[in-house]
Amino acid sequence: MIHFVLLISRQGKVRLTKWYSPYSQKERSKVIRELSGMILTRGPKLCNFVEWRGFKVVYKRYASLYFCMCINQDDNELEILEIIHHFVEILDRYFGSVCELDLIFSFQKAYYMLDEILIAGELQESSKKTVARLVSAQDSLVEAAKEEANSISNIIAQATK
Amino acid sequence: MKEYIIRLVYIEMLGHDASFGYIHAVKMTHDDSLYLKRTGYLAVTLFLNEDHDLIILIVNTIQKDLKSDNYLVVCAALNACCKLINEETIPAVVQQVVDLLGHAKEAVRKKAVMVLHRFFQKSPGSVNHLVSNFPKRLSDNDPGVMGATLFPLYDLITIDVNPYKDLVASFVNILKQVAERRLPKTYDYHQTPAPFIQIKLLKILALLGSGDKKSSEQMYTVIGDIMRKSDTASNIGNAILYECICCISSIQPSPKLLETAADAIANFLKSDSHNLKYMGIDALGRLIQISPDIAEQHQLAVIDCLEDPDDTLKRKTFELLYKMTKSSNVEVIVDRMIDYMISINDNHYKTETASRCVELAEQFAPSNHWFIQTMNKVFQHAGDLVNPKVAHNLMRLIAEGFGEDDDTADSQLRMSAVESYLKIVDEPKLPSAFLQVICWVLGEYGTADGKYSASYISGKLCDVAEAHSSDDTVKAYAVTALMKVYCFEKAAGRKTTLLPECQSLLEELSASHSADLQQRAYEFRAILDLDANAIENIMPLDASCEDIEIDTSLSFLDNYVQKAIEQGAEPYIPENERSGTLNISKIRNHNAYEISTHSLRFEAYEVPKPVVPAKIPSTVTYPTDLVPVTATISEPSYQPSVQPTWPLVPVSDAGSALGSTELKLRLDGVQKKWGKPTYSSGASSSSTSNFELDRNTVNGATKPDTAISKPREPRQSHVEVSEEKQKLAASLFGGTTSRSERKQSGKVSRTTNHGEDKVQSATVTVPITTAAQAQPHPPDLLDLGEPVGYTSSYSSTVDPFKQLEGLLDLSQDVNATAAGTSNGPDLMSLYSDADTNGNSNQNLNPVNGSVNPSKKPALLTKGPSLKDALDKDALVRQMGVNPTGQNPNLFSDLLG
Repeated sequence: MIHFVLLISRQGKVRLTKWYSPYSQKERSKVIRELSGMILTRGPKLCNFVEWRGFKVVYKRYASLYFCMCINQDDNELEILEIIHHFVEILDRYFGSVCELDLIFSFQKAYYMLDEILIAGELQESSKKTVARLVSAQDSLVEAAKEEANSISNIIAQATK
Repeated sequence: MKEYIIRLVYIEMLGHDASFGYIHAVKMTHDDSLYLKRTGYLAVTLFLNEDHDLIILIVNTIQKDLKSDNYLVVCAALNACCKLINEETIPAVVQQVVDLLGHAKEAVRKKAVMVLHRFFQKSPGSVNHLVSNFPKRLSDNDPGVMGATLFPLYDLITIDVNPYKDLVASFVNILKQVAERRLPKTYDYHQTPAPFIQIKLLKILALLGSGDKKSSEQMYTVIGDIMRKSDTASNIGNAILYECICCISSIQPSPKLLETAADAIANFLKSDSHNLKYMGIDALGRLIQISPDIAEQHQLAVIDCLEDPDDTLKRKTFELLYKMTKSSNVEVIVDRMIDYMISINDNHYKTETASRCVELAEQFAPSNHWFIQTMNKVFQHAGDLVNPKVAHNLMRLIAEGFGEDDDTADSQLRMSAVESYLKIVDEPKLPSAFLQVICWVLGEYGTADGKYSASYISGKLCDVAEAHSSDDTVKAYAVTALMKVYCFEKAAGRKTTLLPECQSLLEELSASHSADLQQRAYEFRAILDLDANAIENIMPLDASCEDIEIDTSLSFLDNYVQKAIEQGAEPYIPENERSGTLNISKIRNHNAYEISTHSLRFEAYEVPKPVVPAKIPSTVTYPTDLVPVTATISEPSYQPSVQPTWPLVPVSDAGSALGSTELKLRLDGVQKKWGKPTYSSGASSSSTSNFELDRNTVNGATKPDTAISKPREPRQSHVEVSEEKQKLAASLFGGTTSRSERKQSGKVSRTTNHGEDKVQSATVTVPITTAAQAQPHPPDLLDLGEPVGYTSSYSSTVDPFKQLEGLLDLSQDVNATAAGTSNGPDLMSLYSDADTNGNSNQNLNPVNGSVNPSKKPALLTKGPSLKDALDKDALVRQMGVNPTGQNPNLFSDLLG
């Protein structure tokens, strides 16, 4: 089971966090501090796993972003590595060559996507197409709602004129 | 508003407190517009933990949304369910979630399954009746739902395997279908069919197959298929491979699969990627428990990993070593572990490593001296982190000794302990637990053999007490130790004078804030005033390992009680039978019991037995023994003097009172002395070399090139590896150096054979080849050792075969150029070269290996000879070579 997902920039800034096990706010910032200290200092050629407090943290670096996932001792690290990659590919497909700025400015979209991939700390969908379909369905609905709202406000605006 | 909420999420993510806005996020979930609702749910799931007060406000909304017509709304609500619904609120939504299992949209079904899984994790009780839903969902049309169902099933099977045994066939079936790419293309991931589902299935099968032969047999084929198909170039392929290895190591072992797994591990370990090495080490650790010998061929890789700068890899390697420790290699491993333990400063892992060191040392210690030294080191560097029990164990061990009946060995052990402690004790900054052990041992045995004078020991003990003035426990141990030292002296009839520093220490302690220390100090003084006889009774020499039997029924007090009752006291009523009215005499009576418990505990010192007995002292002796005790009770000093000893008593008595004369060190069945490896390196080495020899004589004639490169492998690695590493390897894995030497000698003779063989075959074919190809192309064969021949292209890496075919068959002219006229003599020279100075060849090889890693695994795998040979045979046949008359032996050997 995945305990949390963490996206940290190379400068140690947090870009996205998702906690699947309960951690208090204090613990969270402690965890982030500890892990960023550990992961950011690791050399490029070392392996992508870190043992930490009886858990394992699998991380992978994409450009300036580190994607970290914390898992149990007996989980398959390579699989998690691929889940990270899977997530990145989906982000990439959605944003069209994703970059850190995409995640900063529309991080809620990244959350929605993460929600479609992982649920309760497990991988729920391994088909990229399905995830893309669901996310775009939600988006189109949102668009529709927006247009509706616009048209209503237009009507109101016209009526009050 | 929505923007604000999103900002709030961002703020929270950065670690600031945004609790003031939570309520707005909750409100937003009530909104009708999906757009806002979704944002609200997102914010709420990120903000709130399941036990937050605001949750109660959301449950109603979730209930409403679960009924919504819009499946996206339902999805959002289900997502929120996972995070927000806690044990108390599960019943409110669980029925709706179950209904959603039959929803038309697969996305909803999938989420419903996952939500139920989450509920199950949180409180198994509340959804137990729904468990039967999961196997049903396994046959869902949508692979996503099926995949999601595997998670709860995995959990259920982890808890109890038996109800799911009948699912083995369907799991195997699904796995087979997945591996055969029956799932939609969208589930492919980097050309691997639905790898995540495969991995999960393998995990489940591992659980189902462990210890169950029948189920395991059903899996063999499919696991074998998957391993064969998996793509070792991609990460995900390796993930599946790794999972297969885990599965193989957990189910009923099948020799064939074990071989495949061993090959896969070899590939992992040889790869350049640290990730794969890590997985390889991990997998090796799993497999080693089934077939311990496979570690041997990977020893050098393991040692490389051990010396790797990567901390994670190192740690994993230590875990592996920990698993493969035997009495023959315990010293090296524990030494390494201690070095590592000293070097790290992460407390969590320091503790772990320390306790592992202790455990290994206790289990496999080759000698007492080594054990003491090791424990000293562990305590010195991680004393405060190890379990206090370990310290007590150590004391007990020193007191009881290792040997069952060898008294001299025991006293030697004690002396070596005392000596080593005297050396260490002056060092600053010793951990408290260690100091306690030191004090106890010095007090108990410091003067036992007369090598050190009482004043020397007591001086040291005073130093300890002074240097660690802030630690009361250490001081208490030191004072008690001092008391013992002086008592022994006095009892032995020697004249003793209290050292001045000891005096001042006593004075200081008499005024101490700690009641315990004060009491000890006073007792000390009182005891010093007694005469030798009394002291001997109170503090007999070496009494700590007397067995004490605690008479819990206090039968020896029966007389006393009887007398008291006769004198009019009320009989004691057990606490549970006592009514509310509790009169004072009862309490007093009760107190009497308590006091006697104390004196009972002290009894050990009253019954000095010459040799360490098994549990002879019986309760019958107690009443009589008690008499002197009661007699001494009249002395005012006696009662307190009982006290100081008994914090120590648990050490000796806890173990023995619990009826265990068993020693903590398991020495029986384990080879005692270092240097006599228990595991027969000689036998295995000779067998392997024989095996190689066999193989080579089989293959030799037709495949001289592969045969050459094979023997090269061990040599090459040994050249690369420094002397030191080799030694380490030898000590870790037991006598490998001798093995490699043997191999080498075998090889030399073998290569000569090949040389001759080759010459023969070459000369036979020369007439034919000359006709076909005039142009000699020496570099290919001649400079086997040089990188050029290998780097050129892939085709040249397969060269050996083709050249061979060129030799055998004219129709093959791809590389027939290689087989020029001049080949015969050249080959000869090559082999004689290899023969006379193998070194030159060896030196070139590393280059060769590094240039051409793709070829390495193929050459290095020490696969089963038969299978290898068959494969190669198949390859040769594919290429159109028919067995000719020149090597009739080969095929009869291989196929017959």
